[in-house]
Amino acid sequence: MPATASGRTAVFIDGCRLPFQRAGTGYADLMAYDMGRMVLRHLLTRTGLPADRVERVVMGTVVQDVNTSNVAREAALAAGIPNRVPAFTVTMACISSNQAVTSGVDLLRTGQVDAMIAGGTETLSDPPVRLKRPVRKRLFQARKAKSTGDYLNLLDGLSPGDLLPETPAIAEFSTGEVMGESADRLAAMFGVSREDQDRYALRSHEKAAAARDDGRLDEELAPATVPPEFDPITIDNVIRDDTSMDQLRDLPPAFVKPFGTITAGSSSALTDGASATLLMAEEVAEAEGFAPRAALRTYTYVAQDPETELLLGPAYAIPEVLDDAGLALDDIDVIELHEAFAGQVLAVLEALRSDTFAEDHLNRSEAVGAVDMDRLNTRGGSLSLGHPFGATGARLVMSAVNRLHDEDGRWALVAACAAGGQGHALLIERRAS
Amino acid sequence: MPTALSVPTDLLTLTVDETGVAILELNDPDASVNKISWDTLNAFSDALDVIETHADLSGLVIASGKPDSFIVGADLEMLQTFEIPAEARRVSREAHALGERVRSLPVPTVAALHGPVMGGGLELALNCDYRIASTADATKMALPEVQLGLLPGGGGTQLLPRLIGVQKALSLLLTGKNTYPDKARRIGLVDALVHPPGLPAAARRAARQLASGARAVDREEPSFGDRLLEGNPVSRRIIYRQARTRTEKRTHGNYPAPARIIDAVRTGTEEGLEAGLDVEGQYFGELAFTPESQALVSLFFAKRDAETNPEPTRARPVKTLGVLGAGLMGSGIAQVSVQNGLDVVLKDQSLALAAQGKKAVWSAVNEQKEKGILNTFARDQIVERVAPTADYAPLRAADVVIEAVPEDLSIKHAVLSEVEAVVDADTVLASNTSALPISTIANGVDDPSRVLGMHYFSPVPDIPLLEIVVTEDTSDEALATAYAAGLAQDKTVIVVNDGPGFYTTRILALYMNEALLLFEAGAEVEAVDAAMRDAGFPMGPFELFDLVGLDVAAKITDVMGEALSPDRVDISDCAAQLAEADLLGQKTNLGFYEYDADDDADDKDPQGVHDAVYHHSDASTRSTPPADAVQDRLRLMMVNEAVRCLEDEVLRAPIDGDLGAVFGLGFPPFLGGPFRHVDRQGADTIVDTLQALTDRHGPRFRPADRLRTHANQDTTFHS
Repeated sequence: MPATASGRTAVFIDGCRLPFQRAGTGYADLMAYDMGRMVLRHLLTRTGLPADRVERVVMGTVVQDVNTSNVAREAALAAGIPNRVPAFTVTMACISSNQAVTSGVDLLRTGQVDAMIAGGTETLSDPPVRLKRPVRKRLFQARKAKSTGDYLNLLDGLSPGDLLPETPAIAEFSTGEVMGESADRLAAMFGVSREDQDRYALRSHEKAAAARDDGRLDEELAPATVPPEFDPITIDNVIRDDTSMDQLRDLPPAFVKPFGTITAGSSSALTDGASATLLMAEEVAEAEGFAPRAALRTYTYVAQDPETELLLGPAYAIPEVLDDAGLALDDIDVIELHEAFAGQVLAVLEALRSDTFAEDHLNRSEAVGAVDMDRLNTRGGSLSLGHPFGATGARLVMSAVNRLHDEDGRWALVAACAAGGQGHALLIERRAS
Repeated sequence: MPTALSVPTDLLTLTVDETGVAILELNDPDASVNKISWDTLNAFSDALDVIETHADLSGLVIASGKPDSFIVGADLEMLQTFEIPAEARRVSREAHALGERVRSLPVPTVAALHGPVMGGGLELALNCDYRIASTADATKMALPEVQLGLLPGGGGTQLLPRLIGVQKALSLLLTGKNTYPDKARRIGLVDALVHPPGLPAAARRAARQLASGARAVDREEPSFGDRLLEGNPVSRRIIYRQARTRTEKRTHGNYPAPARIIDAVRTGTEEGLEAGLDVEGQYFGELAFTPESQALVSLFFAKRDAETNPEPTRARPVKTLGVLGAGLMGSGIAQVSVQNGLDVVLKDQSLALAAQGKKAVWSAVNEQKEKGILNTFARDQIVERVAPTADYAPLRAADVVIEAVPEDLSIKHAVLSEVEAVVDADTVLASNTSALPISTIANGVDDPSRVLGMHYFSPVPDIPLLEIVVTEDTSDEALATAYAAGLAQDKTVIVVNDGPGFYTTRILALYMNEALLLFEAGAEVEAVDAAMRDAGFPMGPFELFDLVGLDVAAKITDVMGEALSPDRVDISDCAAQLAEADLLGQKTNLGFYEYDADDDADDKDPQGVHDAVYHHSDASTRSTPPADAVQDRLRLMMVNEAVRCLEDEVLRAPIDGDLGAVFGLGFPPFLGGPFRHVDRQGADTIVDTLQALTDRHGPRFRPADRLRTHANQDTTFHS
């Protein structure tokens, strides 16, 4: 069920993000907390919002650091947001910061807060590596061991292989399937060809590079200065300027070998980054002299079978919010769709324009509609800009708002898929400023 | 329920809990903090009368009724009322007697320490059997008397070495530095730590347990090395000798207190407690009447008075500072701001340059992290307050914007009008210029009433002074706001009127110029520097030239030379010559001294005199006047000019002149500042010396009129 606007209107004032960096590069030595702190501080500086005016901070994150499991709180404190301002962290795979934004929308609509920050932060440079269960279990027991004999007994039954650390896999816990495999399956289901995927990936990089070069990304970028050298990081470094159809064609399948269609070139890369948006209740924003740039309207979350339709969420979520708002796909001027894989994006577009899919899965007599490619991800997407899991959702929102103003539209649609078979869509309406 | 015992004083309360532990709480109802004075000593004696005669006590806890402090030290105002050393000695003897009574009580005594535990407060605690400190950030212990030219007169020189060993005790006694809870526990200064809310109960429990025998005082044995060195009188002589050498090196014999402290410790350690306390009391009386101590105490009061904003209600609340220019000065100003909780927008021409300023702040704060003073989070929180930028727009939130851009009027005008376009109408625009007149800077701004000078000293985090310079147009609101900003940065603030070089640069320029005249006449660089260090200046004039840069010095000489009439000063063009020859000092690794090119410290160590520099001296042979002649020429040049600043109304009061010279320029603190120095020496003596210098070296030493007036009327600058 979509959550329709009721009560007060939640508005978007401003948003920014650190330039996204391929994991292991610009932010390799940072914690997610560091990036969260930096982006929050930057948002406060650029909006001029006093830190003590913030009433809530919500941030998304996916791969958690146990030392900062509520990373929103640690980042907010370090950014100078007062102790008394509550902060919480949400996690919903790749739509974590969408959840952060809509949690903020709910808090604003219901009058619980007047001004809040929603965002996300993620490092994939430092995945939590754990000792294996048999070792962990014995370490736990060791807390009660007293004599040397007790300690020696703990070694009993431990095999040398147990001592190797284990790294987390990006696999579905329920199905054991790596996400790339699911996307490969989805592309096949909707008849998306390898060439179409490569072409879409190339398009994403070309759009991103063009937007970067003509300065359209500048307004959302918050340059980062990273200790100990503090050389400014001002641009996204995932964008490949040198990629081409020839190069993409030569890449081997990355997940389903040897006959799969998804390659490293048509998959989003492991990325570090953080994003933040300032949201307010419209009447409060106007009273306090903050110009709303857009109103956050109806939104929804959907969930499907994580095995067969892992990344198809947008195809379910988009018609829900359109119907709720009484709009057709054609009424939408700006579409920001999360790009986990080129094959996944194209499968979603196929599903949206398929009458059969509409009849079988959406209980509609005809298709939702064909997406006008000129309105879709015109500044690139997660394939090219990068995809720090917990920070992408807020990027989609700020990009949609900025595009509404640049491209002179009224309605924007944000949609994204996520691990676990979940999906999200949000309608945004431009405000005059 | 604890029951109150009647004590004939309202300075403390005495209660007994149900287990028989007495709790003595010092709580002066008329003051925000407890101090040691005759009144508190008498009150304490009254309390001991009650305690000593109470039959059923099992222990005694000594605590403070103030929420944030224990005892902050002796009441210095009381000290100032003493007319003869015997009066000071008597206080010391009384404190000794009370300490003896505490130590002789038949029940265990426990000190509960929270917040500052200073001077006499720590000495009181040292008399107890057991000490518990709270882990609060505000809890710190020190015997800071040496900083006021005194020694701890309440038994500190005796009890501290007995508790923590001679070496550690000497270190604390001779520096007066703070010891924080963790360190205090480690060195045995306190026996246990507990969080603040648990302190009262923990102290009572400790007293009970010590009484019942359930707890024994358990202090770590000294290390093998310490036992070896401190365990016998022969090797202890080495310790005393080393302490004397180190002290001499630091004080150049200008401060009498450290030697007395070492002597008191030695006497007590070698000849026993009674003999030690005896000399401690005697020295305390003597030191309190030395001119050095009186100068230091007067500075203490002056500094404290400067901590009050004269017009606090007119100030715009200062939360965010804009700083233009992220070089050494700009990043230093940013650092002291964010370390004290302000936000800073740090702007430079490019983000990369601004970020280098943030890097400097991070490096300094990270050092504190490395030393364990801050944790990672605290470091991050402080450093994140710096927002580096290449744009003017983020400055719009600033309450005060300070420009620290190059000393070029057109650049300053350009940046300030850009700032004026984005900030609020009542945002203060400040210049950190060290010499350009503020009024000419204000000319480039639409509203000159918001413009003033905020003159910081390099390195900003280390030099405590902020000289605020106001013009005729500067509004009271702008001044009050700048003053608030300086206080927020934990600076000692003086306010002076506009004029060439204001106050500090003006007196320093003439002092430095005099050094160049000495140089031109054949004086040796090292000899002059050594003479001035011996006189109590932190560094010699030629070392200082190299540190600030000969180019900067030449520029200042220019400004000053134009402003001061030529019949009054002989301006040396030596700085300009050296600057021309690219001998800029540390930044080119050649100046009056040579520097190692690989040394990348902010203040490099000289590798010896740069002999070729003497080509720029007029004299054919090298000969330096005697040290006292050099010292007189340089010091009195500065003093005489300070008096002229007062005549010209650049200075508003002599006290500002003293604070500015000592805390900004390193004028010897034991002299108390130029005006205190004149008062102490007698204006007539100073006039005579200046007259003699005039006869030998020319009219630039002609005594200022005010000096003559004071000399003729036998009056002083300070009342």
